[in-house]
Amino acid sequence: MSTIDTKTVKHVANLVRLGISEEEAQTFSGQFSSIIDYFNMLNEVDTENVIPASDIANAENVLREDEVKPSMNREEFLKNAPQTERGYIKVPTVLGEE
Amino acid sequence: MELTNLTIQEASELLKSKKISSVELTKATLDRIHNVDSKVKSYVTVTDELALQQAKQADERIAKGENVTPLTGIPFSMKDCISTRNVRTTCSSKILENYVPQYNATVTNKLADAGAVLVGKTNMDEFGMGSSCENSAFFNTHNPWDLNRVPGGSSGGAAASMSASLCNFSIGEDTGGSVRMPAGFCNVTGIKPTYGRVSRYGLISLVSSFDCIGPMTRDAYDCATVLEAIAGHDEKDSTTYQSAVPSYTQNINKPIKGMKLGISKEYFVAGMEAGVESAMQEAIRTYEKLGMEIKEVSLPHTKYGLPVYYLLLFAEASSNLARFDGTRFGLSVSDNAKDVIDIYLQTRHAGFGDEVKRRMMLGAYALSAGYYDAYYLKAQKVRTLLRRDFETALASCDILLAPTCPTTAFKLGEKTNDPLAMYLSDIYVVATNPAGVPALALPAGFSKDMPVGMQLIGKHLDEATLFQVGHAYQQVTDWHKRLPSLCHRR
Amino acid sequence: MKLTYEPVIGLEIHGELLTKSKMFCSCSADYGSAPEPNINICPTCTGLPGAMPTANKKALELAALVGLALNCSINKHNTFARKNYFYPDLPKGYQISQYELPIAEKGWMDVTSPLTPLLKGGGNDSLLPQGEGLGMRVRVRRVHIEEDTAKLSHEKNYALVDFNRAGVPLLEIVSEPDLRTVEAALDYATKIRAILRYLGVNSGDMEKGVLRFEANISVRPVGSAELRKRTEIKNLNSFRALARASQYEIERQIKVYESGGEVLQETLGWDDARGITTSQRSKEDAHDYRYFPEPDLPPLKLNDAWIDAIRIQLPELPEAKTKRFIADFELTPSEAHLLTSELSLATYFEEAIKHAKSSPKIINTWIAGEFMRNLNESNVEADSVSARSLAQLIDMVTDKTISGNAGKTVLTELFKNGGDPAEIVKAKGLAQISDESFIQEAVTKILNDNPSEIEKYHAGKDTLLQWFVGQVARATKGKADPVMTKELMLKGLEERRK
Repeated sequence: MSTIDTKTVKHVANLVRLGISEEEAQTFSGQFSSIIDYFNMLNEVDTENVIPASDIANAENVLREDEVKPSMNREEFLKNAPQTERGYIKVPTVLGEE
Repeated sequence: MELTNLTIQEASELLKSKKISSVELTKATLDRIHNVDSKVKSYVTVTDELALQQAKQADERIAKGENVTPLTGIPFSMKDCISTRNVRTTCSSKILENYVPQYNATVTNKLADAGAVLVGKTNMDEFGMGSSCENSAFFNTHNPWDLNRVPGGSSGGAAASMSASLCNFSIGEDTGGSVRMPAGFCNVTGIKPTYGRVSRYGLISLVSSFDCIGPMTRDAYDCATVLEAIAGHDEKDSTTYQSAVPSYTQNINKPIKGMKLGISKEYFVAGMEAGVESAMQEAIRTYEKLGMEIKEVSLPHTKYGLPVYYLLLFAEASSNLARFDGTRFGLSVSDNAKDVIDIYLQTRHAGFGDEVKRRMMLGAYALSAGYYDAYYLKAQKVRTLLRRDFETALASCDILLAPTCPTTAFKLGEKTNDPLAMYLSDIYVVATNPAGVPALALPAGFSKDMPVGMQLIGKHLDEATLFQVGHAYQQVTDWHKRLPSLCHRR
Repeated sequence: MKLTYEPVIGLEIHGELLTKSKMFCSCSADYGSAPEPNINICPTCTGLPGAMPTANKKALELAALVGLALNCSINKHNTFARKNYFYPDLPKGYQISQYELPIAEKGWMDVTSPLTPLLKGGGNDSLLPQGEGLGMRVRVRRVHIEEDTAKLSHEKNYALVDFNRAGVPLLEIVSEPDLRTVEAALDYATKIRAILRYLGVNSGDMEKGVLRFEANISVRPVGSAELRKRTEIKNLNSFRALARASQYEIERQIKVYESGGEVLQETLGWDDARGITTSQRSKEDAHDYRYFPEPDLPPLKLNDAWIDAIRIQLPELPEAKTKRFIADFELTPSEAHLLTSELSLATYFEEAIKHAKSSPKIINTWIAGEFMRNLNESNVEADSVSARSLAQLIDMVTDKTISGNAGKTVLTELFKNGGDPAEIVKAKGLAQISDESFIQEAVTKILNDNPSEIEKYHAGKDTLLQWFVGQVARATKGKADPVMTKELMLKGLEERRK
């Protein structure tokens, strides 16, 4: 039986930048353990010399010519942003940076 | 004649012969939505104004006889994960509740070019994560056949809008059964095309390597018509096939006599509802009568389909959903934010539902240092074996037949507290997505008054055979013509 | 007993690729000339929901070209991967990069450092005598393609984001930790820059940020083969910063060990004003990038024909050119290195040789000396004085039409106002005179005017000969052939000996 403790839950929550309460961490911890256990079923399968499916594609070398096409309108882009200033997107300071 | 119950083929004939106008048809649809959808709750957004404008343009096209396609003037609904310029696109998530895209998905453009009329965007499980539509951040959608039951998911709103005659066709999206499972629950025909047959550009990604946009319709013929209009190579989606799209309706009436129908023994095991099983046996007998040769085949890795599917889904989704960070669009929560990281944490905490959070976290876990090989890479390798299963089975037959779900639609709330039980309802539909093969869902009867769905699974890019075999079945059965009581003429 | 330490340095060099459009969309990549923020943008490079990437063919070709120039093998099967992390300059929450299968791997480059100690250098044990220092072979671990981030401008309490740069193709060149001195690291970086410029894939314009360095540094006792905890200094935007930061960090680490401490594996920033490295806020998860293959972009499968077609585009690279200059033109290694450090300079040199009768050695003396001095002082483009003009000018000095000093005057005039060297000589009356009777007349006059100096000379002050010659040059305004002047002056002085 795998156990995903609350510490691990908080760690992965932070990786995907999800705020999470202690209570939530506990709920998820219980659920995760059974789900991960279920995934461990894959260990039964012999995958020696099997190529991963990510290498199988409908097409190869799909490349675009290096040509410039018109850009989208800036005001259109900015209209969905919560904060803008002088044509920029505005965000709070990034701590640990100048 | 109830306009909203028409097939595309029927409606198109009436439009072309000018017996009705698109504006009339569209108004009838919008009226019905406003009268009936309060019970079904299949729409997140109804686009009255745009629809009437598009209907008017369609009527002009028909009047001039220019560029009239089989979809010109036909009202349709679209799953709310497909981008529509100037029309709110929410993925049924709080994080996108007020998001209005600046651009159209390729599919949206193709349908507009064909002259189809968008009447609204349909409810779904948040970002496609769910099998019952109960994970919508806004409201539950109800199964038109029994309002106490779920419509299935994640394209639950699309299936319900089709089933309740709130459009003449609907565009769904299938990541792991999201078109087929609700189609089965709601007595609708729907296809998950071959991966890469329809452009994903503008489709808000759940799992980039599984997602397939597919139509939901009244019958296989309509389904073929819509797929033909939306399929094809797109230079903006590098994963689309380059090959030309064949005419899916051209050979749809050809007899299926002598073709081989494969039945996978792994799909007919204990746990299936008796009514579902008997419906499948009945369908097999029907095909036998139509002259098909029945063959038992094996898909040995079937039981690994779910873990492979969910592992890869979690992983890709955890990355695909990273862009929802509250800085450029969508919800932004910045209460006392000292730092941009506070905005990320607060916005994503407030904006995503529990199922989405669960899956993103598990995805990060499966991809994180030390676990990648055991989970993600292992799943990608078993995925190759799943793909080979289908290739091997389909080398000895033309098509496979399977149920879309072990049960009929379950009750609202029945499985919401048990994620794993919910995942298990996708057991028959998930494996096709990692394998990339196409599958057509068709109404196949009823069990305790609720619809039963079956699916035909075909070879890569062989949608034409799926339509042909599906159409043959619908020529001799009438399950697909049955409508829920809420659609009967009053 | 006090230990002596040696540094172990590896460099990551990020260079933007000179393409017209961005790496994964068709927006203009020329963010440098964009007059306004957020004008070269689209759904893809701003990470809007549903937008998808498409890979730039040219960028792939340029990346392969660099890989080949760095002696790498090209991975016929290479793939894009997602590097997942959150930052406001990264709109998708992941950067499309290459991870397990980069475009090119396992190359090498030779560097020179006057201080390179006799150590085993990476994959190749041989020390290559090269230039005037000792050379060593640095292994290039990998070359991969990725996309640049948006530009963040930090204001007081907030930051502004401009996506014009987001998605510009970026090449990352990663060395093995084979560098053992700061000088070697500098030489490596300089050579990479020169190669990128030779290939025309990057302008090398450091001030514009098109080339950025990261240094991985650890130190260990000399003679030890261990790899100790290393620190990573990010965002070094000049050679000076690279050198200062590396030197500082090496000394800092040595001090830590000497005082019995442990070096922490961490990411550092470089504070240029204070001249110190600073610890970036430690983010425990910062390095768990959760790479996985990019599902939106199919794998790349390159064949030999494709690679060969790139290979034939490889120009003569600095190293080969240097060797050829040494062999063909009898230049010293340092002379050759200077000329080949910039492709334009090397080309100019060869162009001048083509037009001149003078020897390449003489032409090099002029280019490395007067030409470079004028170039640095005048702030004009090198090609404002054509190689043909320079050749003409040098030939006039060589065939004594003008004196060396007059030549310098003409060159300065060419830089200032342009024109034809012969015309300038004529207009300024700089032509040298080799007429014996004219020079004899001047020599006789100087001798007659300076009897006391003649006496001193005859008394043994030989150095006065140069003074007498100088007097003639002054009297003739530099037109007298100095060689003939000296000859006639010696003769006159001897005749006057009693």
